Amino acid sequence: MQEPDEKRAVLKVCQDHGSRPENLLEVLHAVQAHDGYLSDDSLREIATCLNLTRAEVHGVASFYHDFRRVPPGKTVVKICLAEACQAVGCDALKEHAAQALSTDMGTTSSDGEVSLEPVYCLGNCALGPAVMINGVLHGRVTPEKLDSLVSRASS
Amino acid sequence: MSAVTVFVPKDAAAVSVGADDVAVALSQEAQNRGIDINLIRNGSRGLLWLEPLVEIETPSGRVAFGPVSTSDISGLFDAGFLSGGDHDLGQGLTEDIPYLAKQERLTFARCGVIDPLDLTAYESHGGLVGLKKALELEPSAIVEDVTASGLRGRGGAGFPAGRKWETVRKESGDQKYICCNADEGDSGTFADRMLMEGDPFTLLEGMVIAGRAVGADTGYIYIRSEYPHAIRALNDAVSSFERANLLGKNILGSGQAFIIHIRIGAGAYICGEESSMLESLEGKRGQVRAKPPIPAISGLFGKPTVVNNVLTLATVPYVLANGGKTYSAYGQGKSRGTQPFQLAGDIARGGLVEKAFGVTLRELVEGFGGGTRSGRPVRTAQVGGPLGAYIPETAFDVDMDYESLAGSGAMLGHGGVVVFNESVDMARQARFAMEFCEIESCGKCTPCRIGSVRGKETLDKIIVGEDLEKNLAVLEDLCVLMTDGSLCAMGGLTPMPVTSALKHFPEDFGLARQAAE
Ligand SMILES: Cc1cc2nc3c(=O)[nH]c(=O)nc-3n(C[C@H](O)[C@H](O)[C@H](O)COP(=O)(O)O)c2cc1C
Ligand code: SF4
Ligand code: FES
Repeated sequence: MQEPDEKRAVLKVCQDHGSRPENLLEVLHAVQAHDGYLSDDSLREIATCLNLTRAEVHGVASFYHDFRRVPPGKTVVKICLAEACQAVGCDALKEHAAQALSTDMGTTSSDGEVSLEPVYCLGNCALGPAVMINGVLHGRVTPEKLDSLVSRASS
Repeated sequence: MSAVTVFVPKDAAAVSVGADDVAVALSQEAQNRGIDINLIRNGSRGLLWLEPLVEIETPSGRVAFGPVSTSDISGLFDAGFLSGGDHDLGQGLTEDIPYLAKQERLTFARCGVIDPLDLTAYESHGGLVGLKKALELEPSAIVEDVTASGLRGRGGAGFPAGRKWETVRKESGDQKYICCNADEGDSGTFADRMLMEGDPFTLLEGMVIAGRAVGADTGYIYIRSEYPHAIRALNDAVSSFERANLLGKNILGSGQAFIIHIRIGAGAYICGEESSMLESLEGKRGQVRAKPPIPAISGLFGKPTVVNNVLTLATVPYVLANGGKTYSAYGQGKSRGTQPFQLAGDIARGGLVEKAFGVTLRELVEGFGGGTRSGRPVRTAQVGGPLGAYIPETAFDVDMDYESLAGSGAMLGHGGVVVFNESVDMARQARFAMEFCEIESCGKCTPCRIGSVRGKETLDKIIVGEDLEKNLAVLEDLCVLMTDGSLCAMGGLTPMPVTSALKHFPEDFGLARQAAE
């Protein structure tokens, strides 16, 4: 069961957004920003507050790549795998990352330290390979640069 | 000596290669040396291979140094760079750098020049002239000017902006909307981002003008979550505009009302498709709507809605300020004005090139871009995003305009050019096109939802040479089905990169060259 505290937090987010169903995406973003992910309890609470069915809320949460249903690792490494970055070697970078972080693309390491995720274009296509680590954008990322960026982000 | 003005971009691309660190180090070093500087964080000039590009204001103009890293700072001071002193990183007068000098910057005239959030600088560089004119004009006259400019949608489809506005203007009903499409999902594109970070007021000005033209008092900007810097810039720009009475109930005392809401996407490529974007703005799954009705008649919350790309709306202030005829003097054929092209991938001088329509692809890739960054020969460029064609190097003499590209089986899209060197495996690129469609399909129609999965599987077989002839026939069949049977251009255009790769690079699919030609 969720703590009443967290329940109140979700309720407050919904109220801040006028408890209006058309603000569902913003509510989901806000709850995820607070908790790191969207728990079953949160989705249930959101459905009640916005007067939507649980199926509707689940349908939206599962449609968009941004929304997480499980907690992410402490460090989230997103590697751009789109064409402009492919042209400058993101595939090799991806393989290096998977090995160095002992995590498959799209998963979180077993110790919960790091999540490795694909992303399709970060708008940094002239300075690829592009990577976003905990929300911070980096360009021209070589395997060595990735290692040092990740260790700096997780220390 | 009075304080020297120094510019260090805060554009996301510049920051991604160290611009924030450079700004901090520069201020520190100046302080240590007891030198007074006036540091301005501008947008990017779009000469991205030179980022972080530091500029110094001198009596003869702005002088550029780049790419600067923190370790260069003390050397730059030693060389007297603040008074234009010589240094290895010196690029001379910014405006004379050929890459920039050869452009026609209309939409991007202020980007990289001013502090993006300095409203006074915005006005002194020509901002608000268009809006002030528009506030004096009848709505129909605004639409006429936009129509006369020949401006077409820069989001991909190239639909005439004036015609779309006229449809919305003529609709009755007191609630209409302006929705700015800032989802910019195409790989190889970043012009919307650069503009929103480097000159966000231009976009807001364009939206207010659009609102007056069609009778809408509310605007939304739907911006992708992958752009945190641009989101911050827009939020700040909207606040500034509100404080200056450029948004609100009675704009500049004209009686015109307009407000802008910013909404953040959630990582779905398909939400760049306009009807999917509208669904998303309503808080729903981003599923594509069947047309008709078109958004101009029944759009956001069922109301008449203008959906325009960032660049389309950001060009409107220029059109109003200078007249539609001035804008339409640029370009060729039915492609009027300028297009902000984006050079990306394996390219020596990647960045933003705003040129009148008609520049050739070769001039962009070789002239501006300087060939590959890796130094290996260019093999192909994908033009127009993930749904665009792969054009072989031998066909680079094509003119970059809507009709010429369509004539050679390609499309302009949002103006992205992604360069690949000789090491690219085109069968794998074709496979990726199908895989991307599988990942990003909204799932509404079968040709796209299932076709992309089957396409990827079939290409996997082709790549290992399994039943080549049979599987190629299956692939071609699938491509026809997806092109003809998909509800929107996601499924409908995914075959474009696939078939262009197959047509121009049959050898990568295990075929003899002539066999497929
Ligand atoms: C799959 C798909 C993705 C699209 N993505 C974008 C986008 O990211 N930005 C955009 O402005 N238009 C995008 N479009 C085009 C829009 O549907 C629409 O044509 C455009 O926003 C209209 O504005 P414009 O006339 O100013 O170009 C996309 C279309 C499709 C089919
Ligand atoms: S073509 Fe694809 S993205 Fe477009 S409506 Fe059909 S399933 Fe959705
Ligand atoms: S393709 Fe990687 S940042 Fe755009």
